[in-house]
Amino acid sequence: MIGEGLQSTNQRRHSFVQDHVEVGFFTDPSVCIGCKACEVACKEWNQVPDDGFIWSGNSYDNTGHLGASTWRHVMFLEQDRAKGNQIAGPMSLDQDPFRWIFLSDVCKHCEDAGCLEACPTGSIVRTEVGSVLVQNDVCNGCGYCVVSCPFGVIDRRPEPLPDAGGAFKCTFCYDRQKSGLVPACAKVCPTESIVFGRLDDLRARGAERVQQLQKSGYADAQLYDPTETSVRGIHAFFLILGEPEAYGLPPKPQVPTIYLKSAWTAAFATAIASIIATLVAFAFFS
Amino acid sequence: MTSNSPSEKRLEELREQAWKEGVVPGKGVDVAGGPIPRKPGYYGQPVVRPPVWTWEIPLYFFFGGMAGMSAVIASGAVIFHHVDLARMAMWIASIAGAILSPVLLIMDLGRPHLFLNMLRVFKHRSAMSMGAWILSAFGACAVPGLITLELHAHQIFSGTLDQLLRFAAGIFIFGAAIFGTLLATYTGVLIGVTAIPAWFLHRTLLPIHFGTAGLGSAAALLELLGHRIPALNFIGFYAAAVESALLIWLSIDKHGVADRAIHEHGSGWLIRIGEILTGPLALVLRFFGLVPFAAVSFLIGALVSRIGWIAVGKVSGSDPEAVFAAERY
Repeated sequence: MIGEGLQSTNQRRHSFVQDHVEVGFFTDPSVCIGCKACEVACKEWNQVPDDGFIWSGNSYDNTGHLGASTWRHVMFLEQDRAKGNQIAGPMSLDQDPFRWIFLSDVCKHCEDAGCLEACPTGSIVRTEVGSVLVQNDVCNGCGYCVVSCPFGVIDRRPEPLPDAGGAFKCTFCYDRQKSGLVPACAKVCPTESIVFGRLDDLRARGAERVQQLQKSGYADAQLYDPTETSVRGIHAFFLILGEPEAYGLPPKPQVPTIYLKSAWTAAFATAIASIIATLVAFAFFS
Repeated sequence: MTSNSPSEKRLEELREQAWKEGVVPGKGVDVAGGPIPRKPGYYGQPVVRPPVWTWEIPLYFFFGGMAGMSAVIASGAVIFHHVDLARMAMWIASIAGAILSPVLLIMDLGRPHLFLNMLRVFKHRSAMSMGAWILSAFGACAVPGLITLELHAHQIFSGTLDQLLRFAAGIFIFGAAIFGTLLATYTGVLIGVTAIPAWFLHRTLLPIHFGTAGLGSAAALLELLGHRIPALNFIGFYAAAVESALLIWLSIDKHGVADRAIHEHGSGWLIRIGEILTGPLALVLRFFGLVPFAAVSFLIGALVSRIGWIAVGKVSGSDPEAVFAAERY
């Protein structure tokens, strides 16, 4: 499965948009080499502006976090060697003081998406392939999606960048997909760490890869796909080694709309109480 | 060049080990900013995004709440024939709710010229969409309510037309009161239904706090504008009492790391100062009959606590540990 090269789903043309097939990304850090080609391809294809060059000092990661102008982000984890085995390569000797993990983070395209539910303009929509898309020309930059995303993916682009004021995130290369092309990041990934394809195929492939890794001694390999929470699963899911917190991923993300009932109940109760208090005030204290 | 100091001895040891074994497997000491992350999460990066909202939003919460509840007071005044009070209250409702609030909201948008897109769809599951519609409906009731009430009060027309105006004023003012209660409380829902830990953990407290602070500030402003009547004093007592209870609730209902932004940092102080000014202090001042001081205390407190809640969101949203901890609740 690894190294399918030109035969992989990443390199073939397809008609998922026309056929209304749910698609996804499966991102596998066990084969990621941290080359950041996905970041570059994403920026170039989508013409995402640069958002400053900051030397973070956090390993080889100077990107920091997903945001309005960062739609793919390669994470560089340097974990204590006691946490688990080194993945591969010439550094996999037992003496290694730490283990490297690279993981390309991206918008999760949730089954129940907080940003989509929150958007008051209808700018954020779900596409035929099940991805979540921001229509840039409709967005008025209210900023409510920013606080509604349980993964902190979407953000409002600040001045003086081009198209400032609107909310931006990964588009799942909807424009490319409409023409039968795979998303730019998956197309350029040299090791198929990012795999693009049918969601059900990818889920099976992910489960298989987890088993394979666990058999080879990586006991902490697991899929990050929160299907049991109110998010009900993500379309861009990940294989991770160790706990999700280390990747800045919430272990139990919730779509904020589950809080609507209790909040509105309190609001209506307050509304009624205020009316009663006012009527009492005028009736008995005039 | 050997020295007997322990640090020099350690270096000698390392040199010896390197010479003999060809490798020094020791990890060394942990250096701040060293390679293995010591910060929570991924290098301490935020897990959710803090709000991008600026000073316009807390000011809008303040004026919107005041405007909405002014309409409630206006309808109470209309029912019990306090026409001058009703007129003043509708002026506040119209200026704060139909002019200041929309202007502040539009100023905060990333793309102000597209503000009309707010009314493109109606989504009951989006508190922001509901808010846009509530504010529009409120404005559409408050302004005609004020105009008809003023025309009636000044006896511009006579006979049937005046009766019609009086009737219309009643309908518009009651409409404004209904949408006004929602305008004052939905803001609590707006920030309570988000992924920010300190906000969603207090999603039931927030609408009660924002709504009651709106009612109290409407009464306080009317009192400062010269309507020193027992009814408004009672409303002031009620609002201060509820706010005092909320202060106690907030100090009991703690969630440790998950909502520490409310109890620590500068943001925590803003919340506390706001709650004390609207709650206990306003209550005590009113009890001793110092009504104008109580009114001023409540108004300042209502504004400070709104600023505080937005500040809390910024602190809490940037705190990865709070997000991880909140998932236990």
